[in-house]
Amino acid sequence: MTDWSGYLSLILQGAVVTVQLTVMGSALALVMAFVAGLGRLSRFAGLRWLATAYIEFFRGTSIFVQLFFAYFVLPFAGISLTPLQAGVLALGLNVGAYAAEVVRGAILSIGKEQYEACIALNLSRWQCMRRIIVPQALLVMLPTFGNNAIELLKATSVVSLISLADMTFQANIVRSQTGNTLFPFATILILYFAFAMIITFSIRALERRMARGLDGVRN
Amino acid sequence: MTEPIIKIDAISKSFGNFQVLDGLSMQVMPREKLALIGPSGSGKTTILRILMTLERIDAGHIAIEGEQLYHMPKNGGLVAADERHLTKMRQKIGMVFQLFNLFPHMSVIDNVTLAPMLTKGVARAAAEKRAMELLDMVGMSEKAKAMPAQLSGGQKQRVAIARALALQPKIMLFDEVTSALDPELVEEVLNVLWKLCAETDMTMLLVTHEMGFAHDFADRVLFFDRGKIVEEGKPDEMFSNPKQERTQTFLRKIIAAGHRV
Repeated sequence: MTDWSGYLSLILQGAVVTVQLTVMGSALALVMAFVAGLGRLSRFAGLRWLATAYIEFFRGTSIFVQLFFAYFVLPFAGISLTPLQAGVLALGLNVGAYAAEVVRGAILSIGKEQYEACIALNLSRWQCMRRIIVPQALLVMLPTFGNNAIELLKATSVVSLISLADMTFQANIVRSQTGNTLFPFATILILYFAFAMIITFSIRALERRMARGLDGVRN
Repeated sequence: MTEPIIKIDAISKSFGNFQVLDGLSMQVMPREKLALIGPSGSGKTTILRILMTLERIDAGHIAIEGEQLYHMPKNGGLVAADERHLTKMRQKIGMVFQLFNLFPHMSVIDNVTLAPMLTKGVARAAAEKRAMELLDMVGMSEKAKAMPAQLSGGQKQRVAIARALALQPKIMLFDEVTSALDPELVEEVLNVLWKLCAETDMTMLLVTHEMGFAHDFADRVLFFDRGKIVEEGKPDEMFSNPKQERTQTFLRKIIAAGHRV
């Protein structure tokens, strides 16, 4: 009889890394999404061009290659990253590129009359964006952001390829040590699903909170 | 002799191939209440939108209190106004829209206090005090904490008026402010306009299809058609004895459509 509890704790150690990657990667992705999403809507052609280049490059190339590049190639340029840093960088930049299009689309979905009210009230472009447009657009972005975060969670497994001991990496260790496939992979299957559900429900709760008052129902 | 507060000089405006305004000139005196009437597409709303800098002009000049709106002096000549100049000029002008354009994610009072706090640096306490006075004036102080979605159209429009007033503009533009309202809600908004008329010395430009109100409210009525002022005059002359055939036809149609004159 194998003692599974030791192997389970190994997988749970990996789960901590997966959660770290997901949280930090999502934070970077969120920042990149707003920088690039707003950049694409900028008045300045240079900014628009830069944002478009970023988005198209990271959507158009594989996350594997991006990760290997960050971990194996950047050191030749004098930038040495730990596996975790490389993982967060690649995941954040990759998912940020997709989410940037979400930001852009949501901002474009806000009606022109809101901008006109801003002008009539003499708000600056920045004030209008920050106080009026983005807060309303955020509600439109949220559900898709939830999708993006789940995509990112699932993509974290690629970091096992640069020897970062995430959940998938640990499951493989357990498999090679015990020869059992059902236990390690059923465990991480359930864990990935549980994490995804946490993201789904958090986003839903956030959405409900933000939509409060917008539909005319008393909070 | 007082100077006009608004001086529009030969402005033109096209949307694509459609020329909305063609060399239009007009003047408005301080404190004057002006009603702009005419068929849709006649350019009356465009004039308000141009004054609010929501549309740019293709040609001509506009002066507000003697200062150019779309131009600014530079090296002895006039150049196109930059954003800073427009920001300065916009302080003189406020606008209320047909569809209210309230900020749906903010409470009534936040809608009213936002612009004074952001654009004039008014402290929150002072902005809220002033906002409550304005909401009181438009009969909306009880709904200060409500969200716009909880209000009727007439209530929304009264909040929108309070919001525009909070910046203390000298000129107020009202763009068909009752057109989107159910008939029974029109009066509460018109009553607010009456109050403004009696209690403030703002210059008011009103685009409207409420001919009865235009008649009672305005010092002068301008009838627009195809981007030109076809006829203008005192409300009594305009409504009871229009001289131009196009004015007569328009008023006949409006009355046939059930609008009171």
